[in-house]
Amino acid sequence: MHPLVDTETIERPDPMVTERSVSLVFTGSGGAGAMTAGQIFLDAAAKAGFYGLMTRSMGPQIRGGEAAAMLRVSTRPVTSLDDTFDLLVAFDWGSVARFAAELPLGPKSLVLVDDEQDETPAFVVASGAEVVRLPFERTAETIPDGRVNMVGAGVAAHLTGLDPAGIATAIATKLGRKGDAAVAAARGAIEAGMRLVADRAPVIRLGSGEGDAGDRWNISGNEATGLGALRGGIGFVAAYPITPSTEILEWMAPALEKTGGVLVQAEDELASINMIVGSSFAGVPSMTATSGPGLSLMAESLGLAVASETPVVVVDVMRGGPSTGIPTKSEQSDLAIALDGLHGDAPHLVIAPNSIADCLAATQWAVHLAEKLQTPAIVLSDQSLGQSRVVTDRPADRPYRAERLVAEANTPNYRRYATTESGVSPMAIPGTPGLAHVADGLEHSERGTPSAAAADHQRQLDKRQGKLDRHLYGPDWADVEGDGEVAIVTWGSVTGPAREAAARMRARGEKVRLISLRLLSPARPVEMAEALSGVERVLVVEQSHSKQFFKYLRANYDLPAKNKSFARPGPLPVRPVEIEARLSDWSMQ
Amino acid sequence: MSIRGNLALHRDAQAPLRAADFRSDVDPIWCPGCGHHALLLSVTTALAELGVAHENVAFVSGIGCSSRIPAYTNVYGFHGVHGRALPIATGVKLARPELTVIAAGGDGDGLSIGGNHFTHACRRNVDMTYIVMDNQVYGMTKGQASPTTSSDWAGSKLTPHGTGISPVEPARLALIAGANFIARGFSGQPKEVAKLIVEAIRHPGFSFVHVLSPCVTYRKEQREWRHAVHPGLDATPPSRMDEAMRRLADDDGFTTGILFAGDRAPFRPERRKRVEIGAFDAQFAA
Repeated sequence: MHPLVDTETIERPDPMVTERSVSLVFTGSGGAGAMTAGQIFLDAAAKAGFYGLMTRSMGPQIRGGEAAAMLRVSTRPVTSLDDTFDLLVAFDWGSVARFAAELPLGPKSLVLVDDEQDETPAFVVASGAEVVRLPFERTAETIPDGRVNMVGAGVAAHLTGLDPAGIATAIATKLGRKGDAAVAAARGAIEAGMRLVADRAPVIRLGSGEGDAGDRWNISGNEATGLGALRGGIGFVAAYPITPSTEILEWMAPALEKTGGVLVQAEDELASINMIVGSSFAGVPSMTATSGPGLSLMAESLGLAVASETPVVVVDVMRGGPSTGIPTKSEQSDLAIALDGLHGDAPHLVIAPNSIADCLAATQWAVHLAEKLQTPAIVLSDQSLGQSRVVTDRPADRPYRAERLVAEANTPNYRRYATTESGVSPMAIPGTPGLAHVADGLEHSERGTPSAAAADHQRQLDKRQGKLDRHLYGPDWADVEGDGEVAIVTWGSVTGPAREAAARMRARGEKVRLISLRLLSPARPVEMAEALSGVERVLVVEQSHSKQFFKYLRANYDLPAKNKSFARPGPLPVRPVEIEARLSDWSMQ
Repeated sequence: MSIRGNLALHRDAQAPLRAADFRSDVDPIWCPGCGHHALLLSVTTALAELGVAHENVAFVSGIGCSSRIPAYTNVYGFHGVHGRALPIATGVKLARPELTVIAAGGDGDGLSIGGNHFTHACRRNVDMTYIVMDNQVYGMTKGQASPTTSSDWAGSKLTPHGTGISPVEPARLALIAGANFIARGFSGQPKEVAKLIVEAIRHPGFSFVHVLSPCVTYRKEQREWRHAVHPGLDATPPSRMDEAMRRLADDDGFTTGILFAGDRAPFRPERRKRVEIGAFDAQFAA
């Protein structure tokens, strides 16, 4: 039994009759290739017409640490991992016990492990799962250049009944560049894996999916963030590598090079944020990507961007904190610093994608809003979005582009920080004749001259707050789905399991509303009141220890009297069944 | 607009400009007699001499007495936070290579809180000019030791027995870190400093101008610097690092003139659009 998920007593809904879905995990250590096995399986499922999701869980080792690729594929779009795994493929026991809490298994689960491994770990035995020992390693040795992870992928493919054509296409696509020998070796190992379990009945017969892979994307959250930034109009990036955000930079570096932009690896995060303040001041929409420790370092200069009204986008792919915390695993605990971590009264934008695909749209929106409102936007992604891959319907192209209000050359009596009706004042870009001025982090007059006068401070504070408050953000401020008197209020990656929990409840005929906030700052009390209209009970779901989101909601919104928090720190993912349980039993914490 | 070194030239030749053409109407906050007044004149003189268009200059600073300088000119300026002038200037120049970019600040801003950026700006060698106005003291916070203060200066309540630690010699640090042009001047010789700034801006790559600029309020003894400074003996500055290093090793810190003029190629990422953003969609096909 899983320590947090009672897999036996909680009634699991019957899968929708038409849905074919399976949940599986590959684990291994020492370069066993669990991630590649997961990747090939996901690609193969996509080619065979399935939707899918793959999340990664890794230890801190650079190479050879414990690793788990957790997957779910389905004929329906996948928003979260399932409550338990149907299949665990372990190339070795290694340090798999360290993942125990992240590997919920039940009596119906099937565990396959190399037959030369030692005793089965206690948590696997306790789960009641069936354990089958197979000669993964020795089978791989019989294939020229055969690898154990491909044998495992073959075993999983057979036991899930996945259409073999999908696997063949996935291998050709993934390994084609490495030559025919590499493709043949992978194919040989996969087929050998299939033969290993040929006499076992599959746990499910996936077969072929229902869609056309051509209409779908296979993308990670960090890639989607990079693409969203580019679509929004980002032309300059300065950043310092930090887990788990680095893939954004790795994707953007060549992409910017091809589109006439620039990416600079800075000496530290202080340099990153200040470089993009400089490049944005010079007129180019600019961005950096980081994680919690980097965001902490950037706090002072984010305030500079607020005061000098310089648009910048800072993507924080959150990980466990505080301090170095858990660099490789997810948590939603940077919300408080993102909202309130700047000194002084420093209004700015905080935007959070609520799915892997939404990383694209949310980042693109952040670029648009930052440029429009001449202020910094913090995008709060996290490890479970950024480093996970999804097979999803092709994301729609949104109309959000960088549109900065710039001043015309030789405007008479130009004042950079002039108060205007919208609060946004035309920005003079260096190179524009007749408008030279000094952008300043010192409080200033409308002209930009440093000022310690009370009236100037009041006027500029009102201006900077007012431009955010008066903007019309439209329906993207939140996803509001369903109706009824019960609502789940959540944000970010935890929206995935919340969305699935809501879908399961609706399938049982229960009404439930889901409110997932995308725009966290500035708060939208009027829109929230409307979204909560008729709601009598609210469950607030988040992945932080100190209930940061719950506190934020209590501070900014009127919640119904019956409200409770389900807050748990990372790195354990929130499972849909846990949300269902807390809604069906209101006394459950 | 043509570009030579870190210099953006005006498209049309204008009537000769004067230093006063680059002064704003904002009065400096500096004390009477502060070396920075003369340095301001050197900067405006250099800009006039270069004939650069006002709108094509970005003047960036951090925090401190000296960092107030952009507001006293009438070119585009950015007054950032303490220690971060160089990253901001780097961002400006890399985003808009056609602009003339100058960063300026004090010894604390550039070598203490911003010390990491200084070494990396030297090695990155972006085509811009950095002026450190060195008075070996924190003036804005009323007289504490800076990284260039000698170890036995006991004039601060924070370090009543002196700092006890060796000062940084900015020119040596710049050379070791990889700056492509290094000069030293004395603010009491504004014409000479203006010439150094002109040379620095014209030199491709990262150019560093170390200006000894006395603080007459907290370091009254620096009035004597006018007797201590002396020009270098050689007509041509060293272009080889080993030679420059040998001379700086023996230097007393008061030699003025160009101390090093290297020929390392500036960091200038190519900016050319080859594909439309829509082209990336194909790589995500499932």
